Amino acid sequence: MGDDSLATSSNSRRNPALTGRQNPVLTFISAFFGNFIVQRFLLFLLTVWVAATVIFILPRLTGQDPVKEKLLLEAQRGGSVQAGMNEMAQEYSARLGLDLPIQEQYINYITDLARLDFGYSIAYFPRTVNEIILDSIVWSIGLMTVTLFLAFVLGTGAGALLGWSRSPGWLSYAFMPLLTLSAIPQYMLGLVLMFIFAIILNWLPFFGAYSPGNLPEWSLGFVLDVLRHAILPALAILFSAVGFWAIGMRGMMVNTQGEDFMIQADAKGLNGTRIFVRYAIRNALLPQVTGLAISFGTLLTGAVLVEVLFQYPGLGNTLFYAIRVSDFFQITGIVMTIIISLAMATMIVDLVYPLIDPRVKYTQS
Amino acid sequence: MVTTEQETRSSSASADEEFALRVEDLKVYYGTPRGTVKAVDGVSFNLKQGERFALVGESGSGKSTLAMAIMRLTREPGHIAGGHIYLNGRDVVDMPEREIRSIRLREMALVPQGAMNSLNPVMRVGDQIIDGILDHVMTDESPPSKSELDERIHELLIRVGLDPNVARLHPHELSGGMKQRVAMAIAISLDPNIIVADEPTSALDVVVQRQIMQTLGRLQEGLEAAVLLVGHDMGLVAQFADTIGVMYAGKLVEVGSVPDVFKDPKHPYTQLLIESLPSFDISRKFVGIPGMQPALLNLPPGCSFNPRCPSVHERCFREVPAFLPIDGRGVACHLYDGETSGVPPLAGEMSEGQRGAAN
Amino acid sequence: MARATGTRNLTMGTRARLARRRWGVFYQERVEPIFLYGRRNPSLIVGLAMLGTLLLFTIIGLFGYAQLEPHTNDPSQNSRLDAFVSGGAPVGDKRLPPSWCTWCEDIAELEGDKKPTLFQYPMGTDTQSRDLLATNLRGIPLTLGTGLIAGLLSVGIGTVTAFVAAYYRGLPDVAIRLLTDVGISIPGLLVLIIIRIQLGTELLWWQLGAGLAAVGWVFSSRTVRSQVLVLREQPYVEIARQSGMSGLAIIFREMMPNLIPYITASFVASVAGAILASIGLEALGLGDFSSPSLGMTVYWVIQFGAITLGMWWWWLFPLIFIVIIFVSLFLISAGLDEWSNPRLRRQV
Repeated sequence: MGDDSLATSSNSRRNPALTGRQNPVLTFISAFFGNFIVQRFLLFLLTVWVAATVIFILPRLTGQDPVKEKLLLEAQRGGSVQAGMNEMAQEYSARLGLDLPIQEQYINYITDLARLDFGYSIAYFPRTVNEIILDSIVWSIGLMTVTLFLAFVLGTGAGALLGWSRSPGWLSYAFMPLLTLSAIPQYMLGLVLMFIFAIILNWLPFFGAYSPGNLPEWSLGFVLDVLRHAILPALAILFSAVGFWAIGMRGMMVNTQGEDFMIQADAKGLNGTRIFVRYAIRNALLPQVTGLAISFGTLLTGAVLVEVLFQYPGLGNTLFYAIRVSDFFQITGIVMTIIISLAMATMIVDLVYPLIDPRVKYTQS
Repeated sequence: MVTTEQETRSSSASADEEFALRVEDLKVYYGTPRGTVKAVDGVSFNLKQGERFALVGESGSGKSTLAMAIMRLTREPGHIAGGHIYLNGRDVVDMPEREIRSIRLREMALVPQGAMNSLNPVMRVGDQIIDGILDHVMTDESPPSKSELDERIHELLIRVGLDPNVARLHPHELSGGMKQRVAMAIAISLDPNIIVADEPTSALDVVVQRQIMQTLGRLQEGLEAAVLLVGHDMGLVAQFADTIGVMYAGKLVEVGSVPDVFKDPKHPYTQLLIESLPSFDISRKFVGIPGMQPALLNLPPGCSFNPRCPSVHERCFREVPAFLPIDGRGVACHLYDGETSGVPPLAGEMSEGQRGAAN
Repeated sequence: MARATGTRNLTMGTRARLARRRWGVFYQERVEPIFLYGRRNPSLIVGLAMLGTLLLFTIIGLFGYAQLEPHTNDPSQNSRLDAFVSGGAPVGDKRLPPSWCTWCEDIAELEGDKKPTLFQYPMGTDTQSRDLLATNLRGIPLTLGTGLIAGLLSVGIGTVTAFVAAYYRGLPDVAIRLLTDVGISIPGLLVLIIIRIQLGTELLWWQLGAGLAAVGWVFSSRTVRSQVLVLREQPYVEIARQSGMSGLAIIFREMMPNLIPYITASFVASVAGAILASIGLEALGLGDFSSPSLGMTVYWVIQFGAITLGMWWWWLFPLIFIVIIFVSLFLISAGLDEWSNPRLRRQV
């Protein structure tokens, strides 16, 4: 269940704090600077490094260099972009050093990554990949973090009620729809929503983040326009993710209710609400939070496709266009950005976890 | 002293007052795909205020099911299929959930099995002691203050023999014996007059077992509560209880005071149980009970004990023995109902269970 | 020896009676429990039934409907399946809704011999007049096949690494644990995007499956490893080790039987995850353009703007198939969960 690197203190290890009262703040701070944090951060670095290395090595194992081919092709094609392409080709050679030995190429690549420098975009040449990412990431953060957070809260709540044996009977009818929602990939759900609300009912816009011709500015009209455009993609991500969390939480609630302490809570004649919140939900939530770290990736890649479907100008859609024009630097930049953000989110969840599960401490096993 | 079934039936309403717990013809059944399992099938007994009653039997005899049914904690697929449980004169079998909730802990409390993880792993011990108290504050009472609660936790932990600082620990930081003491502190937190202890010492080591039983005894004396102790260790139980009830395959087969039952066990099963106890006084070959307890789904006709009984009669395969009062005790066996007395048992024909054990 | 002679001396009647009895025992011990179990674990049964129905539909469709005469006189077309591969053959002159949809505008307009019979093309056609039922019939096995390959490989690699890690402990354990910890927080789909782009070639369905397994095995490894760690500490494994049983024998005789439910559950989860990822990858335009898998259909739906064109039949039917696949896989894994952890008595 828990992460292996988190130590679960066993029964045999007595708490030394049995006698004196310790300052909880001090305890926390000393734990905070204990080695678990450092280790977790090293794991984060390792994750990013492994991902970057895999991306670097695997294609080279094939002996092909489609990047170079693509650049040469563009250069040969000539025309308006030719001047840029020649520079690009030189840039590419200089950066990844086509003529350099592979270990030097690799060192260059990693150094650039460490500086978060992803170079120039092939498709929009004088622009750098970082500029493009900065433009689009705002929209993604706005859309995805809000919806994924909401989905976790709503889904966990719904799942808790669904899995609770004393919930009203009619609630169980919500299970099949939720299961179906969680089974539909987010972008498929997006298709259905788009069809119903944008095409048939014509209530909401079906593409973009704001109406064309509307310039981004801080005005009420523009904000409302942005919100209107965000509703459908947000709902597509939300519905599917709510189902996912609800199903998981329901299972955990069923598990928890089989625990001995739930019988004992009943034997104590506790208030139903207290048993539900402090005993059932509190315990069922723990694996749910661990699952959060693991499921970020799947949920996020699903959300990337929703952006493509709704042509929402976030990272996902930018990635899609970069794929269509084979803009390798941009693709690598966007993918690494997503990987780094995910690894960071996972690290944060892992670091917060010991605060909610007293059995797990900030110590190494 | 235990009153037997017949006497109970004839007793007037005033008799309710003197019994803390009166169980009448209780049936707890489990619905399974293969059929109904009668885990508790027509059990009756009474418990006076301050009495220590022990229920013994092999695992699967229905003793824990009975204990849980008395707390009204029977869970699906089990259900109370019939009978009555009078708790301080009120029948809890059909009591609404709200009322039973207010009775638990205030009038009857459960000390859970020692092997169970009966404490919430994410709550501090102190919080788990006071949440029961907080949830039983009557609507017309003012809730106790923080300092009152702290004092109460302190007092309760000392009463069960724990350091008061344990209140700030989480369950995983406690040993099995300490956890069981915390469970007892919770059980006595509202001074109940009935304590149901369901194998409180299972999975604990022998020294701790004795300490826990001593503490339970001390608490019982302090509260003058009636205790229903469920266990399978005859020796441990005998040291604690005043009265003992022996269960076999869902039925109570013998009830009597501990000295009486140990001196002169009536039911052949009780006899075998006592014979199988190891003893320092008499050095002899260790005797077990031949055969296995039958599956509850598939009980033999007549007396359930007939496949293993050394004094089995032909009647035992036909008739279920009634629970009879004899000499102020009770036993459910054809040997004592007059008709079979004097008739020699079917010694020549070994029953299947015995043959199995002999091989 | 004596027993063998005894058997030879049996008369035919006795043998038949014995066989009947053996069957009776077999039924009671092996078959009946399955039914009883099914009653207690309906999600497993419903899930298997859903998946089975889908497979049956596909098989009947592939050998029935798809073998029917093509909608065209083009001699290069042997069956309705070919319609896709050869780039499409006109049925009418444009995209058509399902032939049974007589109230649909495009069908209602058709006159005379152009008017389709009720089941001529039950799922309509795409913008290039390709028969979409035939397309879906080919797409379902392709998509399931990708998932199956990925699932088998993931669980295979995952189980072996889990055993190596748990059995040899020490350095291999640390390395594999680190690798799975790292691998789990890297979104495999994105890594695959990069690899696929840099490879520059389209991935066939089984290559896609293998690629997904290459990034997905960490999940199986993690699940199985945590279970092996629990089993390793079990008294019977300890006894087997002390009695000198070899490592492989312990793994296969003592641990495997207890691991089967977990491995199966992990397999189902891997298949579901791989199918989800493969559809995503294909929808991004990284699939095999000559293959009509469900994911590629989604890609074309987005590319051609089927939604804005009002061609609901183009996306609705693949959507239904995808939902059936995922719901049935979910139910099966929930059922397997009940199997491996009978404490979850309540049905999921």
